[in-house]
Amino acid sequence: MFEVRIHGRGGQGVVTAAELLSVAAFLEDKHAQAFPSFGSERMGAPVVSFCRIDNKEIRLREPIGEPDALIVQDPTLLQASDVFQGLKSNGYVIVNSNKSVEELHLTAIASKLPQGHMYIVPATELAMSHIGRPLPNAVLLGAFAALTHAVNIDSVKTAIREAFPAKIAEANVAGATAAHDTLYAAKAAA
Amino acid sequence: MLKQIEGSRAMAEGIALCRPEVICAYPITPQTHIVEGLGEMVRTGDVQNCEFINVESEFAALSVAIGASAAGARAYTATASQGLLFMAEAVYSASGLGLPIVMTLGNRAIGAPINIWNDHSDAMAMSDAGWMQLFAETNQEALDLHIQAFRLAEELSMPVMVCVDGFILTHAVERIDIPTQEDVDAFLPPYEPVQVLDAAKPISIGAMVGPDAFAEVRYLQHYKQSLALRLLPEFAVEFKERFGRESGGLLRTYRAEDAEMLVVAMGSVNGTIKDTIDQMRDDGIPIGLVTLVAFRPFPAEELKKVLVNAKDVVVVEKSFAVGIGGQLANNIDLALRNTPGAPRVHSVVAGLGGRPISRASLHDVFRRALVQPWEGAHFLDLKHEIVAKELHFVRKVRQSGPTAENLLRRLGADGAGAGALAGANIQGGRA
Repeated sequence: MFEVRIHGRGGQGVVTAAELLSVAAFLEDKHAQAFPSFGSERMGAPVVSFCRIDNKEIRLREPIGEPDALIVQDPTLLQASDVFQGLKSNGYVIVNSNKSVEELHLTAIASKLPQGHMYIVPATELAMSHIGRPLPNAVLLGAFAALTHAVNIDSVKTAIREAFPAKIAEANVAGATAAHDTLYAAKAAA
Repeated sequence: MLKQIEGSRAMAEGIALCRPEVICAYPITPQTHIVEGLGEMVRTGDVQNCEFINVESEFAALSVAIGASAAGARAYTATASQGLLFMAEAVYSASGLGLPIVMTLGNRAIGAPINIWNDHSDAMAMSDAGWMQLFAETNQEALDLHIQAFRLAEELSMPVMVCVDGFILTHAVERIDIPTQEDVDAFLPPYEPVQVLDAAKPISIGAMVGPDAFAEVRYLQHYKQSLALRLLPEFAVEFKERFGRESGGLLRTYRAEDAEMLVVAMGSVNGTIKDTIDQMRDDGIPIGLVTLVAFRPFPAEELKKVLVNAKDVVVVEKSFAVGIGGQLANNIDLALRNTPGAPRVHSVVAGLGGRPISRASLHDVFRRALVQPWEGAHFLDLKHEIVAKELHFVRKVRQSGPTAENLLRRLGADGAGAGALAGANIQGGRA
């Protein structure tokens, strides 16, 4: 089982991100379970969502305490709370920011993870250029696919297209593809 | 057809396939998405011959359903928590009149203190109101139970509540098989009412009944529910033949054959318990599970047959009756009443007000039941420290203030609130 926890703020599509990820996994004939940190969905409030992916039926209903991967949609949460709580020692981390690991003071955490398991993705910038709105959720899923291979980027694209009207979907697909390709290139270069 | 969709949406699609004729509901979290979905399907014409009636309250919602059902329509409504309490009088009316309404209960705690999260307090508050109550383990079962609920309700002319864990199921997106209209039609025949308000053939429903026949009306209600004890397993078999999966029935067992310890639970926590049991079985502990689907009628005989060979029975329930204990545990005691050599029953109250129930905590409490059994109800993951501080405080200070606010302040002071954002404490209840 692969467990993903997504941290962001209300209005950033945190819950939608987990749902899209679960649909992407479903499209690959996997079992997936997406659920929000119930009740906290207010604009600007810290919001957490979860997604489990497995090759067999998922029975577990507890929140994800020891994630295999973290997506941090809002870098201001890095100071506000311990988003890294319970992260597995070989886990993956994607943080939305245009700063570096050093600037975000994440060097210590990155050094505890295997090489190349933490990437900073300027998802809000990518969202602004492709979508025209600061919605980093779908963009980050593109990066997530490139980093973890838990789902394929094509499945992410299909999930986005199934969820949104054509015009919005294509903008999000473009953003996700850009993030995916950038991270893929960075991994290849490392 | 397999879909990856929200549980509420799947239930809405399943209910739509049951061809409801009147849907009336008032929004209340966490049930709202179900009736929103249905409202949309009625508007777009995906549900035909159905009237969606907006009402001004839950009391009106069920009252309209009662009227619709009495007029011969297949009627559906949904609610949760305070919504169910607000319709309480009509809840009793529907069952007393013998009207086969199906209602989804998106299980949620009851205030005060106000809490929107999941537990089974609402279902328990109305468990003796004469409705049959079926609890869903998964969203697939939640959908499937609605189809069986209409069949059961109409067969007996008695209302059925389908209890679905709020948020945990209603808001989870997962893989769900949506049946075909053809299969649902084959399983669920059109509604043939046993009593109809018809201007052409006037009758009255709801006459005043005095001491001469009131007990008999109640007796017949009880008798009808006892018939459901036979019908539910039959429907489950028929359902499996047609739809290819196990859903419903009275109860299910998991790794129970040689189990010396049996856990009993209702609803979505069964999944987490199964994973816990697998871990403990790997450690050689002979533990199994009984998943109770039907709480009303209560399958006492079936339970007794399953439980009697165990040494220990651990009842995990998401409700608590102040002053007496866990309702499910008390009902399990009833199932074992006058049974020689009956297993010891251990009551665990868990998940109140949406507190997550983790494998780690379940593992601990199941082991504790073996080595250090307790009397009364054990509150899983109770924060003893803040309870003790509060008790100490109220002993010292007469005007100690409101309990809930005091506890929240203590949580904050102890830092338990600040660190609770991630992981198992994520639903700390600070919305």
